[in-house]
Amino acid sequence: MGALIDRLLVNYESTASVILFCIGFSTLLMNNNLIKKIIGMDIMDASVYLFLACQGYIKGRTAPIIVDGIQSVEKYINPIPAGLVLTGIVVSVSVTALMLALSIRLYYRYHTLNLDEIIALAGKEEV
Amino acid sequence: MHMHFVQNFPFMGILLTLICAVLSSVLRPRAARVVTLFVIAAVTCLTAGTLAYTVSTGESYVYMMGHFPAPWGNEIRAGSLEAVSLLFFMGVIFCAFVGGKERSFQDIEETKYNIFCILVDLVILSLQALVYTNDIFTAFVFIEINTLAAAGLVCMRQTGRSLVASVRYMIMNLLGSSLFLIGIVILYTITGHLLMEPLYDSVQLLVASGEYRVPLLMVVALITVGLSLKSALFPFDKWLPGAYSNSTPTGSAILSSIVSKGYIFLLIKIFYRVIGIENIFALGICDVLFVFGVIGMIMGSVSAVRATTTRMMIAYSSVAQIGYVYVALGMRSEAGIICALWHIVAHALTKSMLFVSASALDAASGGTHKRRDLRGVFYRNPLAALAFTLGGVNLVGVPLLNVFITKVMLMEAAFDAGGLHMAITLTAMVISTLLNAKYFLGTIQTFFTPKRDEQAVRVKNSFSLTVGLVGFIVLNFLMGIFGSQVLDIMVSGLACFV
Amino acid sequence: MREKPEGLLKWAHAFSAFMNAGDERLDNDLVFSQVRDADQDVYEADSYEQEWAEHEQEEKQEVIERLERWRALKGYRAARRAYALLCVTICMIMIVVLLYTVGSLPAYGDPNHPINNEVSARYIEKGLQETGAVNIVTGMILDYRAFDTLGESTVLFTGAMVVLFLLRADAQSHKYSALAQTMKDSPHSETFYEPHRDVILQKTAMILVPVVLIFGVYVVLNGHLSPGGGFSGGAIMGAGLMLYVTAFGFASIRRFFTYKTYQFVVLIALLTYAMSKCYSFYTGANHIESIIPLGTPGAILSSGLILVLNICVGFVVTCTMYAFYAMFRKGEM
Repeated sequence: MGALIDRLLVNYESTASVILFCIGFSTLLMNNNLIKKIIGMDIMDASVYLFLACQGYIKGRTAPIIVDGIQSVEKYINPIPAGLVLTGIVVSVSVTALMLALSIRLYYRYHTLNLDEIIALAGKEEV
Repeated sequence: MHMHFVQNFPFMGILLTLICAVLSSVLRPRAARVVTLFVIAAVTCLTAGTLAYTVSTGESYVYMMGHFPAPWGNEIRAGSLEAVSLLFFMGVIFCAFVGGKERSFQDIEETKYNIFCILVDLVILSLQALVYTNDIFTAFVFIEINTLAAAGLVCMRQTGRSLVASVRYMIMNLLGSSLFLIGIVILYTITGHLLMEPLYDSVQLLVASGEYRVPLLMVVALITVGLSLKSALFPFDKWLPGAYSNSTPTGSAILSSIVSKGYIFLLIKIFYRVIGIENIFALGICDVLFVFGVIGMIMGSVSAVRATTTRMMIAYSSVAQIGYVYVALGMRSEAGIICALWHIVAHALTKSMLFVSASALDAASGGTHKRRDLRGVFYRNPLAALAFTLGGVNLVGVPLLNVFITKVMLMEAAFDAGGLHMAITLTAMVISTLLNAKYFLGTIQTFFTPKRDEQAVRVKNSFSLTVGLVGFIVLNFLMGIFGSQVLDIMVSGLACFV
Repeated sequence: MREKPEGLLKWAHAFSAFMNAGDERLDNDLVFSQVRDADQDVYEADSYEQEWAEHEQEEKQEVIERLERWRALKGYRAARRAYALLCVTICMIMIVVLLYTVGSLPAYGDPNHPINNEVSARYIEKGLQETGAVNIVTGMILDYRAFDTLGESTVLFTGAMVVLFLLRADAQSHKYSALAQTMKDSPHSETFYEPHRDVILQKTAMILVPVVLIFGVYVVLNGHLSPGGGFSGGAIMGAGLMLYVTAFGFASIRRFFTYKTYQFVVLIALLTYAMSKCYSFYTGANHIESIIPLGTPGAILSSGLILVLNICVGFVVTCTMYAFYAMFRKGEM
């Protein structure tokens, strides 16, 4: 147990991102409000990107942009996680936009953001 | 190494679809439809070429997307299994798109019709990329394209119900995507690779050395849960009926047959080409899939019996059929995996035919949605009723047709597995088949019972609907009759996976 | 469905009421109540929904009342609590399992981390020669792993298409735009859709917008030399356009940016992107030497196609960001 906690403290960024992931997960599951669900989803995505980004870090090295023509592995951190995070962020932007657009349409139609109520109201409509 | 020109076909299909999708955004609706038909035809031809090439050489090949080879650059990979599945999927998309043409025109506003065409293009694009991909991060990106495009297809009718269905679809699918993403991120963290061949090697090394056991287990669990969430395995199936039954006929057919199936295909690919199928069999994950598959088989059928509308009934039947796929996956044997792959394609063909014919039947009965109003519909629209009958009896299981072969293969796999697996599978299959027979045959029976004191008015089918339905019937028979050949191609393609 | 303010929430309400005192324009409830009335008119006029329009309101009321009764029931509360308990349990299990996993992952900042392998070594050591980009991340996403990035731009395109489908209110599409039109005709549309003609905002925007746009262009054009690139630069330029439209209104941005502009720019940018990737994928897979010169590393005109791709991505992102904003705000560009 003590060893595990030490390990978690060493990997403190990963630890934080995992906890954030679960916070986002529970927000997504437990809230009925659509906007809160979207916020939960974004927290979840952001935590995964934090997790990914911190994997690429190496102590004492700089960002992977070549300075003074030095092309040594000893000088730069790993560039791959940064690229993957960039891709991921763009994906989550599109997803958030789509969810917000759907929420806007549902709000105009049902005047509420509570998903339970929306489902109940929609259930009364014709098929 | 010299490349044969045919080897460029998968890449051409992907890029051509993308270019046409982008072009469609400025075209007029009718022109966009023509472009989409062209995309479908072109991709079908290209896939047929790839299939002929891979079958003739008997092996798969890797295609570099750029100037850099395996661990550095992106790659796609084509083999006979990929090509034959994609060919059938393209056939389904063609028939669904043509068959649902009129209804789509009625349901979708004219100024937004070209967005519908773009979304169909994008589903085709992401389907090709998911089937051919050789890189797990590429897989994630195209899963997201697939999800977004499918969410757009769900809300195409813009009714309250379809908007709600779309939101529920998005929430569950995003949960699945996030779990999948964190799974591949942990996998990347412990191996340092994203392409499948180096990943496979690193994973085998890790398994042999016993290093990172817990993270590796977590990776398998997260990827499996994420993808089964997205493909609506039993406890996660709540979004499915609404999403499938509230879209346009084309949308429902594509969603039910293509979108969820692509994920299962990807899951099998990851099992084989990333984790290693022996490692999967050694883990308990197969048993979990098996249990939920069995429950899904029965619960889906029970809900289908209780459904009041035809489309809801077909949608719930999808839950049961996805249960079959996962039961087959849970057999822990090669035979089970082949059966799952076969059923993915067989179910895609049948279910999309049912959705398109069901909407034609509804239209022939005065725009109803209720099952009971379909009485005597055979005399009003014989072709659609026949197509529906064919699909229905196919799912119940009749020799010469494709789902019957699934059931035979599943039984064989169950006998091989023996013991508890066999007992549970056979019981579940009997219950599910009886329930299938109850709701499908019950519905079909009403088609042929004419309404009392009413002169049936024959509905004239449009040319496109006729083409779509006949195409579906032909495809189903083709797959059933040439079953052994298709199966051979699948088996040899699966052998190339390792 | 306003909840009863309690505790802290009450203070927050009181505070916002104080801040908004006398400023009717900011009272969203008023606007929304207008929208609500307008909305009902639309439903009644709409032939598509005519059959049930008469009973709709009553039914809605009935459902809401039933929901409220249902909520008051002990059973509902118990179910809700059980669901919450289930969620909490799942989350707790997930936290424990994931933390346990993190505990056995390689250490943070460790040079011997498994991901620091031959893949990243080649990107760093040969990236400059092979892609011509000083910024290794740019070289990686736009050359080594370009297919991913092509997919990424397609995700943005997909998102934009679905948002346009859902929210774009043009004259012919009646399912949504009739509602939007009624709202536009309502007396509050001036404040709901259009900016307040705020002098401070306009003066600030006059100074800031050119700076923001030029900075965005800089970030895009220097994507292969310094931190940045098409996505970040595009987001900055998109923010510039949003600031402009917030300060000066849709009428003035329409002089140079309309829906047609959006369509045209995105079409050209994505086509260029796809075509150039076609070229590099085809030559790469068939082992044909690419004829595009990489130029002198560090110069602005270097790194072959990467600069072109960055510009294309920059345009796509700018237009898409602005399109999202315009759709959310007004339903038209």
